[in-house]
Amino acid sequence: MLLEATNLNTYYGESHALQDMSLNVEDGEVVALLGRNGMGKSTTMKTIMGLLKPRSGKVIFDGRDITGQRPHKVARAGIGYVPEERRIFPNLSVLDNLMMGVKGGKVDTSNANIWTIEKIFERFPFMRDRTNQKGALLSGGEQQMLTIGRTLMGNPRLLMVDEPTEGLSPVMVKEVRDVLAAICKSGISILLVEHNLKVAMSLADRVYLMGKAHLGFTGTIAELDANPEARAKYLEV
Amino acid sequence: MDPVTAMYVAQGMHGLAYGMILFLLASGLTLIFGMMGILNLAHATFFMLSAYLCYQVIAWTGSFWLALLIAPIVTGIIGVLLERFLLRKVHAFGHIGELILTVGVSLVILESVKVFWGTESLPVQIPNVLQGLVTAGGLDYPIYRLFIIGLSLVILIVLMLILYKTRLGMVVRAAVSDADMVDALGINVPLVFMLVFGVGTWMAGVAGVAIAPILTVFPGLADQVGMDAFIVVVVGGFGSLGGALLVAIICGLLNSYGVQFVSQLAPVLMYIFMAIVLVFKPMGLFGERE
Ligand SMILES: Nc1ncnc2c1ncn2[C@@H]1O[C@H](COP(=O)(O)OP(=O)(O)O)[C@@H](O)[C@H]1O
Ligand SMILES: [Mg+2]
Repeated sequence: MLLEATNLNTYYGESHALQDMSLNVEDGEVVALLGRNGMGKSTTMKTIMGLLKPRSGKVIFDGRDITGQRPHKVARAGIGYVPEERRIFPNLSVLDNLMMGVKGGKVDTSNANIWTIEKIFERFPFMRDRTNQKGALLSGGEQQMLTIGRTLMGNPRLLMVDEPTEGLSPVMVKEVRDVLAAICKSGISILLVEHNLKVAMSLADRVYLMGKAHLGFTGTIAELDANPEARAKYLEV
Repeated sequence: MDPVTAMYVAQGMHGLAYGMILFLLASGLTLIFGMMGILNLAHATFFMLSAYLCYQVIAWTGSFWLALLIAPIVTGIIGVLLERFLLRKVHAFGHIGELILTVGVSLVILESVKVFWGTESLPVQIPNVLQGLVTAGGLDYPIYRLFIIGLSLVILIVLMLILYKTRLGMVVRAAVSDADMVDALGINVPLVFMLVFGVGTWMAGVAGVAIAPILTVFPGLADQVGMDAFIVVVVGGFGSLGGALLVAIICGLLNSYGVQFVSQLAPVLMYIFMAIVLVFKPMGLFGERE
């Protein structure tokens, strides 16, 4: 098991935002975390990432206990985080945004699947032409590509992506989908929060559905297809 | 030489030198605020402390140069200790806790200074080479003011080179806009915070040594110059180094020419300037965040 989050309880002040939330990601898997707005999907990712400290529960990554560790330790353990709202560095150039993702330390250069700046440029040609442009000047879709590229520069083993297609045009949605598929093919596991059900279903091996602050349903795509009650309860508006 | 021109030049040099000292003080304040969201109310107190340390080093060794070297470093180390062992502990309780802590530290330093050195104002002698005037193009320039301007420019240039040409600088600039995101990319942001805090207080320390021979050393230094530095940060825009530089120089010149032309108004000129800017740009000239 690559990621194993068990019985996480996270609070915002007194508000109990995660109640015994658990999920797993196997090596090489794409797992979708779905549910309506405000259920706690982003909170789950932030808790795994160390941006929020759970009051109880455990996060094991690659056999190591990383519960409540500082985000940079979690990132260095091998988890990449692509947050909601993209959060590129608007005052930095495109190239510097990408370089911010480099974690330093050892990179296994013998691995043909390793993400380098050249590979990022190959995948996202617009970045090569605009290396010196400020991040703020990119379109929404381009900013989304830049956050993904930035995180790939750190060569994570698991990529957590929070609503990557939010607010994008259909062309860009497809582009993001294809990029995620390519990332998965390069051997990186993905935990995906996504409102576009079609995109999520086309990528994921398994799904977790969240109700308010807790886990509602978990199963493979086929199991979700065969379970209209779960879809009605946790997905349909 | 025409005495009126000479006076303009002399006042201009005074204003520029004071402006650069304000910049040294304000840049630390604005960097720390930009990165950590902390308004360090002890910042000007560090500046005053460094002026006292300067006085003390000179009393012991007789060397202004040694004081210029040692006092800011000691001040910077105290800043690092404050960040590492106190501020970081109260971070979890939010900005109010940090604000109160810096006020507390500031009071402790102020009272300690009074216990050790009393409340009299203490003179600081500058070395002979920095005294007097140099003449160029028929005009006299006070050497000490030139020295302050030159020193501040060197620090400014080194700071800019680090900020814009090194990876560390890139990390600092990114952390100014989104520290959590930088941390989530695998960079040890608390360590960078500590470093920035240290450099910021070191610069306040340099400013303290620079001001000591001009204004003498007394406990009220922190309030007097600190208020000006605060205005510089507000008007320049919280977190903006460029804004701090521009406004510091404007304030320095307003200060010295104000005394010359509208002496009754001089003490409030900076406040008038601040009010005018904030009416049109509530975030300051180059400010982005609330
Ligand atoms: N910073 C915060 N402070 C307080 N409450 C928050 C904060 N962020 C999110 N919440 C609340 O926590 C719940 C879960 O939010 P979130 O994890 O963002 O949901 P999702 O990503 O599933 O839409 C919501 O009710 C939201 O209002
Ligand atoms: Mg969300």
